[in-house]
This record gives sequence, structure tokens and C-alpha cells, in this order.
Amino acid sequence: MRVTVNGEERELQAGATVVSVLELLDVAPAARGVAVALDGEVVSRARWSQAQLRDGALVEVVSAIQGG
Amino acid sequence: MDPLIIAGRELRSRLILGSGGFDNHELLAAACREAEAEICTVALRRLPDPTHPRGSIVDVLDEVGVEVLPNTAGCFTARDAVTTAHLAREAFGTDWIKLEVIGDDRTLLPDAVELVAAAEELVDEGFTVLPYTTDDPVLARRLEDVGCAAVMPLGSPIGSGMGMCNPYNLSIIIERARVPVVLDAGVGTASDAALALELGCDAVLCASAISRAHDPVAMARAVRLGIEAGRLARGAGRIPRRRYAEASTSMAGMPALDVPAAAE
Repeated sequence: MRVTVNGEERELQAGATVVSVLELLDVAPAARGVAVALDGEVVSRARWSQAQLRDGALVEVVSAIQGG
Repeated sequence: MDPLIIAGRELRSRLILGSGGFDNHELLAAACREAEAEICTVALRRLPDPTHPRGSIVDVLDEVGVEVLPNTAGCFTARDAVTTAHLAREAFGTDWIKLEVIGDDRTLLPDAVELVAAAEELVDEGFTVLPYTTDDPVLARRLEDVGCAAVMPLGSPIGSGMGMCNPYNLSIIIERARVPVVLDAGVGTASDAALALELGCDAVLCASAISRAHDPVAMARAVRLGIEAGRLARGAGRIPRRRYAEASTSMAGMPALDVPAAAE
């Protein structure tokens, strides 16, 4: 299925979860200061391994940068 | 210096450091140390970090013992700001949020309507909301009324280094606020920070003046000392301004030295 991760279209297998997206981005699931929004809603870290993506899902993976 | 209390939390430092604009994380860490800051803002962006791909800013701040204050920089709507606050809470495990809702990308002035809406929603959700606002006393009161833990009026536009353009409005905010007032935006150098504390601001949030200075580490120290001087001066009480001079030396006991020529 096709999902959009941080603005880029990516191909993932059916049943992919938030953890699959993190693997795609080479982000360790234990990484500090990372948060994920799935279709505009924040997915808590505890649910990353269960939260399944739908075809066409919009995923945003964010972390801290200098700012403010 | 006496401690600053925001939302029941005691802070020794009255300088909140903004992390934006440092050339690298090492410089940020050195500035944090010299500023003796306890809190430093960070923004949230997509991974990987396009500006400083090497090393995490969270680890850097952790190393110097500075706590992260996430912001909602770049948000133009209440909805985006609220979602960004949710992401920040998840990413950093903090309920504190520096709320920015911008209304215009050239002036970076806050959008008052969206700002109050976002503040109200986030307070209801249990966030400790520190809103970046204009120097409008009515808007500051609205933000306080919806439960913000502090108000953070600008001195002048973000990154402008113009200091406090309207100290009269700021002093009205300070007089009437029941929550701490943090000068956010506009500080250009140490004296601006000193003036803010002399005026009665409880703290200063400073980013560009430090990060974009020729020597950011030295400026971090200067701004810290400016804040300390300003706070002390505020407590000491400045003399009133007068239009005419008032001699500091008494005329009593002044000797007669202008001897008339005939007596010589």
C-alpha cells in the first residue's frame, strides 16, 4: 500500500504499523524526542507497534530542532 | 537573585534561552552554560533534522542539564498549534508549551484570535501554556483569563533586535498581570534585557540576540548579567525622572571665595 511519510510517498506492506514507518526512516523505536501523527492525530509511543496504517495514510514523524 | 515561579515551579534563572539560530549544537551548549539557563526552547520538525543533521538537540540540552520547552513555531492556526502541542507532549513528556500562533509571515506577529482559542483548548487539556503575544494589555488579560501560566509579550518583532518599542504598553501589562510576564522577542543586546527587568518583567526569553551575536557565548553571559542587573535595579527602585538638575552636593557650608577686587 502507499502511504505518505513526511510528505513523501512510500510503499509499505499491508498491515504496516507506525514502527514500520520508523524503520523506513532509520529511527530506533526507543529514540528520545520523537513523536508521530497518523492522519493528523498523535499516536502515543505505547501504541506505535499496534497502530496500523491504512492505504493512503498520512504519517508525520517529528523531532526537536533548534527553534524559538 | 530571588527565584521566579511559573505554574508553581521555582526557577533560579530569569533567562529562558531560545535555541534558534546557533551555528551548531556545541555553540548552543556553551551558550546554555554561560547563560545559566534552566529552560531552552526547541521546535518540532520532520525527521531527519534538515538544519543540524548530526546529533540530537535533546541529548545536547540533557548533557548541560537544561530542560526542553517545546514551542509551536511555524503554526498559523489554533488547530495546528494544538496538534503540535500534543506531539511535543508525546515527544518530550512535558505539559509545558510555548504557544506561538503566527498571523503573518513577514512580521511574525501573533494571530490574536487563533492564539486565544489554542490557549483555551490547551489549558483545558492540562497544558501549562506560555503564550507568545503582542504587547496589547487586553490580549494579555484574555490569555491570563483562559488560564495561561504566564504571558510573553513581544518587545518588538521576532529577530528584529529592536528592544522594547512600546514600554508603556508593557508596563500596563506588568501592572495588571497576576501571572509572570516574560519579555519574548525583540531583545537585541544585554541592555534591552536589563531594561525589561527594570520595567518589571519577570524574565526574558532570548534567542537571536545570543545565537546570532558575533560571539554567542559572550553575549549569553552579557544578557544573563543584564537580567541580573535589571532585576536588582527594579528592587532597588530607580529615582524619578526630572526635567531639571538636582544637585547631589549640598550648598550648606559653601565657602565664600569670590573676594571683591577692592578688598585685596
